[in-house]
Amino acid sequence: MNIEKVPVKGLTSEEYDKAIKISWQPKLQYAWDNGIAIGKYLQALKEGKILASYCNGCGRIMLPARSFCELCWRPTDGYTYVKDTGVINTFAICHVNWDASRLKPDEPRHIPAVIEIDGATQGQGIMHIIGNVEPTKVTIGMKVRAVWKPESEREGSITDIKYFEPY
Amino acid sequence: MGLRKVAIVGAGITKFVRRAEETGPEMSYLAAKMALDQAGLKLKDVEMVTVGSAPDAFDGVHMKGEYLLSGAGGNNKQYIRNFVGGGTGVFAPIHGWMHVASGACDVCLVVCSEKMSSCHPHPQGAFLTIFDHTTEQPLNPTLIWIFALEMRRYMETYGLSKTDIARVSVKNKNNALDHPSAQVAEAVTLEDVLNSEVLAEPVHRLDISPASDGAAAVVLVSEDVAKRLTDKPIWIDGVGWNLDTAYWATKDLYYPRYVEKAARMAYEMAGITEPQKQIHVAEPYDPFDYKELHHMEGLLLCERGEAARLTAEGYTARNGNLPVCPSGGALGVGNPIAATGLMKVIEIFLQLREEAGKRQVPGKPKVGVAQAWGDLMQVGTVIVLRR
Repeated sequence: MNIEKVPVKGLTSEEYDKAIKISWQPKLQYAWDNGIAIGKYLQALKEGKILASYCNGCGRIMLPARSFCELCWRPTDGYTYVKDTGVINTFAICHVNWDASRLKPDEPRHIPAVIEIDGATQGQGIMHIIGNVEPTKVTIGMKVRAVWKPESEREGSITDIKYFEPY
Repeated sequence: MGLRKVAIVGAGITKFVRRAEETGPEMSYLAAKMALDQAGLKLKDVEMVTVGSAPDAFDGVHMKGEYLLSGAGGNNKQYIRNFVGGGTGVFAPIHGWMHVASGACDVCLVVCSEKMSSCHPHPQGAFLTIFDHTTEQPLNPTLIWIFALEMRRYMETYGLSKTDIARVSVKNKNNALDHPSAQVAEAVTLEDVLNSEVLAEPVHRLDISPASDGAAAVVLVSEDVAKRLTDKPIWIDGVGWNLDTAYWATKDLYYPRYVEKAARMAYEMAGITEPQKQIHVAEPYDPFDYKELHHMEGLLLCERGEAARLTAEGYTARNGNLPVCPSGGALGVGNPIAATGLMKVIEIFLQLREEAGKRQVPGKPKVGVAQAWGDLMQVGTVIVLRR
């Protein structure tokens, strides 16, 4: 087989700029239901607590809360509060926005992390943000605790936890 | 299992580019026509068509299968689009294999097409909705987060440096200089990769494959048809796929167990008991450089944590003991998601036929493996080819 002569040339930036284009900006809006388990999880966040669910089949205490166990494939057996502290499983120091545009030099860097929450089964992590620390000081295995918004500002969202900080 | 033998008898591929003038259906047509011409078949000989393409959000067309249909040769045929995220490009030939192996048809055309450039300001934005809409999206994630998180976990687990990881990018971008479809082939050095812009520590610009437009296609046929068409059929000896939970933060990211499970399924079907000895050339998915290493381990091509050392020793070079991504991979040829996976299958097809030109690996390889990966660190798709 000869694939030396492949079709498709590709446009240069100049050609692209000159081309006739039609663009469309979708204006779609969604109202996502929280569902049974995440609804309770968000209600708990509003109260300043982290809610897990447990399954008597596999014995796991799971985050985020869920109404069925995906391993045993049966309804979970109930809900339980876990601590609002945890350990950093992994983290990144991000210099770009969601659309790949770059943060300005003076903008704080985002530090996303997977945090294994104390009281849940080992390895049950959630994604959140690390704050109140120099990015270069963050390490895997670091103990962190939730920094909550004031009660009056909580709205039942994952952002009711402003970030996790080392302690 | 009562499955019929299935052969690849033709392949086609476009150039991978940043911005194609051609539409998705036009690119699909070019790749599909090339594959049929090579197989010595006409569209009327094709009974079924399966098309792989990534999220509709790239094209902004919410029926992409039907949109691509005419270009892919699917008019008035048994046609279906398949989709398992970034794993689609290797799942598509697996899906075609199902059609032929089951006896549902004798000739199946498999087309993968991706046009990412339509999405503005950057196709990365189209990926945001893979994160959970309630528990993750309010944190304003970017797609790179999840790769940076996984890369750091992998590096920490095995004590790897960024240099260890960057060697993959150097190898693949240099390999791609010999691929006629390549978009970002470049004679880069380790210093180039390590000094490139930091996007999300530890991920640098040159650790990542580009967004691309492109298409690829293969023709799959039953044994009887293969013997009439060619004396160089390449057999699909094993297929495997496996999907793990979308609760991605609850699994340890240092090792892709779902890739191992997919590989074990494919190896068992292919009678491979010692993959490190019995596989001669490999094309694991490399959208980021560390992922080639991650996937080599998941594919059981080396011991866990050993892939970086083997890469440093030249073991995975084109003339090494186990050439890995001799095509140049997603890092060098480009990454039009679904078309990339099929490009990898085509590379193994060409290597086993000893038709890979300047990219040909030595030693007359007989068995090769291609793999793709996708979504929230959860999809593994694997195909084993034999000549």
